[in-house]
Amino acid sequence: MRGISTFLLAATAAVLAPFAAKAQDKTLTVYTYESFTSDWGPGPKIKAEFEKTCACTVNLIGVADGVALLTRLKLEGEGSEADIALGLDTSLISEAKATGLFEANGIEKSAVKVPGNYADDTFLPYDYGHFAVIYDTQTIKTPPKSLKDLIEGDTSQKIAIQDPRTSTPGLGLLLWVKAVYGDKAPEAWAKLKDRVLTVTPGWSEAYGLFTKGEAPMVLSYTTSPAYHMVEEKTDRYQAASFSDGHYIQIEVAGMLKHAKDKDLAKSFLTFLISPAAQDIIPTTNWMMPAAATSAPLPDAFDKLVKPANTLLIGSDEVAKNRQAWIDEWLTAMSRK
Amino acid sequence: MLTAAERRRGIGAGLTVLAAVLLFVGTAVATLLAWDGDQSASRLFTSYTWSILRFTLLQAALSTLLSVAFAIPVALALARRPRFAGRTWILRLMALPMGLPALVGALGLLGVWGRQGVMNGWLNTAGLEQPVSVYGLSGILLAHTFFNIPLAVRLLLAVLERLPAEYWLLSASLGMKPVSIFRFVEWPALARVVPGVAGLVFMLCATSFTLVLVLGGGPAATTLEVAIYQALRFDFDPPRAIALAFLQIALTAAVIALIALLPAATDTVRTAGRKVLRLDGRSAASRLWDGLIIAAAVIFVASPLLSVLVAGLRADLWKLVNGPRFIQAATTSLIIAVTAGVIAVTASLAIITARQAIKDRRDPNLAERLLSISLAGTSSLVLVVPPIILGTGWFLVLRQLGNVAPFAPYLVAIINAMMALPFAVRVLEPALQDHRHQTARLAAALGVTGPAKWRLIDLPVLTRPVLTALSFAMALSLGDLGAVALFGSSDLVTLPWLVYSTLSSYRTNDADGLALILGAICLALTILGTAGQKEHKHA
Repeated sequence: MRGISTFLLAATAAVLAPFAAKAQDKTLTVYTYESFTSDWGPGPKIKAEFEKTCACTVNLIGVADGVALLTRLKLEGEGSEADIALGLDTSLISEAKATGLFEANGIEKSAVKVPGNYADDTFLPYDYGHFAVIYDTQTIKTPPKSLKDLIEGDTSQKIAIQDPRTSTPGLGLLLWVKAVYGDKAPEAWAKLKDRVLTVTPGWSEAYGLFTKGEAPMVLSYTTSPAYHMVEEKTDRYQAASFSDGHYIQIEVAGMLKHAKDKDLAKSFLTFLISPAAQDIIPTTNWMMPAAATSAPLPDAFDKLVKPANTLLIGSDEVAKNRQAWIDEWLTAMSRK
Repeated sequence: MLTAAERRRGIGAGLTVLAAVLLFVGTAVATLLAWDGDQSASRLFTSYTWSILRFTLLQAALSTLLSVAFAIPVALALARRPRFAGRTWILRLMALPMGLPALVGALGLLGVWGRQGVMNGWLNTAGLEQPVSVYGLSGILLAHTFFNIPLAVRLLLAVLERLPAEYWLLSASLGMKPVSIFRFVEWPALARVVPGVAGLVFMLCATSFTLVLVLGGGPAATTLEVAIYQALRFDFDPPRAIALAFLQIALTAAVIALIALLPAATDTVRTAGRKVLRLDGRSAASRLWDGLIIAAAVIFVASPLLSVLVAGLRADLWKLVNGPRFIQAATTSLIIAVTAGVIAVTASLAIITARQAIKDRRDPNLAERLLSISLAGTSSLVLVVPPIILGTGWFLVLRQLGNVAPFAPYLVAIINAMMALPFAVRVLEPALQDHRHQTARLAAALGVTGPAKWRLIDLPVLTRPVLTALSFAMALSLGDLGAVALFGSSDLVTLPWLVYSTLSSYRTNDADGLALILGAICLALTILGTAGQKEHKHA
């Protein structure tokens, strides 16, 4: 039996060997999240486009999500192979800086245009999205018009949300409620609680419940309906526009201090905000481009909710208070 | 009745497995503890920790009670009816839930019991306006019984089916009523394994993660496993994660110890190995009862699976199978599952042999008794060591050697094998025990030892339980997402990972299709697990 298992392990290694990194003269290793590297994600196309210009090999390594990405960098420390970390978001930036693993990139970033005029010398925005309540127009005829509306509305119309302890959209909603309600957030959660169908560990589970019709509303992004309009040719799923504002998630990329070839890393970042890369992002990552695209976005994007008011809590404040705010959330949501 | 050399070899094998498991877990824990980072000095025992602990205990205890209580009549009914059309397929069906990723199972359950599910559809037609909600404790119990009743049925049925034919002949000639048969024949047999089965179900429910969050309805329903995941993944606070993990292990150990205190009949079974013929349960009432019980169990288990099937058929399955990563994912999943299965079964055999070797001694010394207890404890509790701790710990260890990616599949296979160990032990131990009781003296008297004994005496009888254990372990590994999620996905793509990845790219339909394919592969594995079923009947 031991013989068999040794053989199988060897076979495993053989099967997986082609996927191990190949040694090339110039390689750029980019750590990112899984859905970026998937077949439908922007990863493969961005890799191909950049490789045309750089005479190098781009090595994309995908981990579960932005949080896992930061954890992986912390675990690997200075010895990490990563040259670029792509996929952190605005609420993680302060923690990412505190690791001391990143370095200011010094590239020209006047092309970047994101709501709230977010700018940073280390972390470069490459796309953004506003959190939004997506609803099923077949079930919900009068969607909530504000966060207040959502919180105080009909409790028989349920929403699926994500857990702020395990997912970034979950944390996003937590910060959204905090940005609107401040100290009154616990009371708001106590009311919203009755409308919450369930709290899932990640975005996928909640969105699955939504598309299966189990929940008529879900927390996602203003850009989610674009997917359904472009890929499924349906406008059944729409985002509710909130008059009191939408919380923003800006996704950023940063260069690591120990990057092997900093010029190459910088040229990748420059490429990332060029039209060549920005053209790819909207219909693969289903987020808004952070800089100009070469052609107008598909029509579906014109139909999306454009938040008049963008909400964002500074990442230092998030890092400082996150645990306390999560505890607050737990207490409010656990009350019978 | 073992020779001194056999005993030595047995104990040696057990020691090796014990050392390997402890080394594997210990290395991960020690590395994480030694990792110095900027840890938040967060308090471990807040009132919230206690409420999680209470809830973990409550839901796991109730889930276990319900699962075992419902599994017993189903197992009895199936044992009473050793041959009817479709029986083998019912047994295969019972093996399916375990191979499904928790989320797929949850979505299947919601297709039946959810707000838009079949049940609420009927209730709505019947005039009920607001759908009945399953979210909360009821949803968790529903999901845990769905996953665990089939598991318990299979383990209990295996014991009932091994009862010697003489018992049924005797009980028939004594004219025993069903109640007496239950009291004197069936229950003593079940009582031997019920504590083990209950312990296993309890561990599975206590460490439940996705099911508890998705169906629990909110953070009031949380298990320690969620808190451990948060501590390590979100806060990256290894000391806290490890402290919580120890809490989880201590809690489970206490419960398992309590269950072990239940009086268990140690019945030695002797048989001439004649063909089993059930002479009881011929009355119409008995037939009706068994029919109803089996039908109810089948409907309960099959309906969510049917909902997975219906959803899956809407996807373009042919396109999915030809998708760029499908073959890679399926191959990787299968190789990992086979490796994990073989390791788990080999290690279980070593553990069981060692425990039997110790039992075989007339007066085992303290060290030997301790070893026996440690083996029993380790082979159980290893299931509640959170995979995220093992994965992260080993990631740190292997970092020092360079690139982690080449090691990832080995690690996942080992972690899966450890998770499968308690299953494999529970499938194999009763079978091996009976087998030894029946053959040990004779083999010793005839002087058959070593390979000859293995080939002539052990192999023919043990093939079936070994295959069952292997299929259990493989199904478990096939449906496991947890261990894989720790490593980079471009290095290691498995089927459950592909399902999640597809889902996280908005492609719900494709994810349903992939889940269906995963279920089908799992079904194929259980056919392996129920192989030998027929030969046994004609033996």
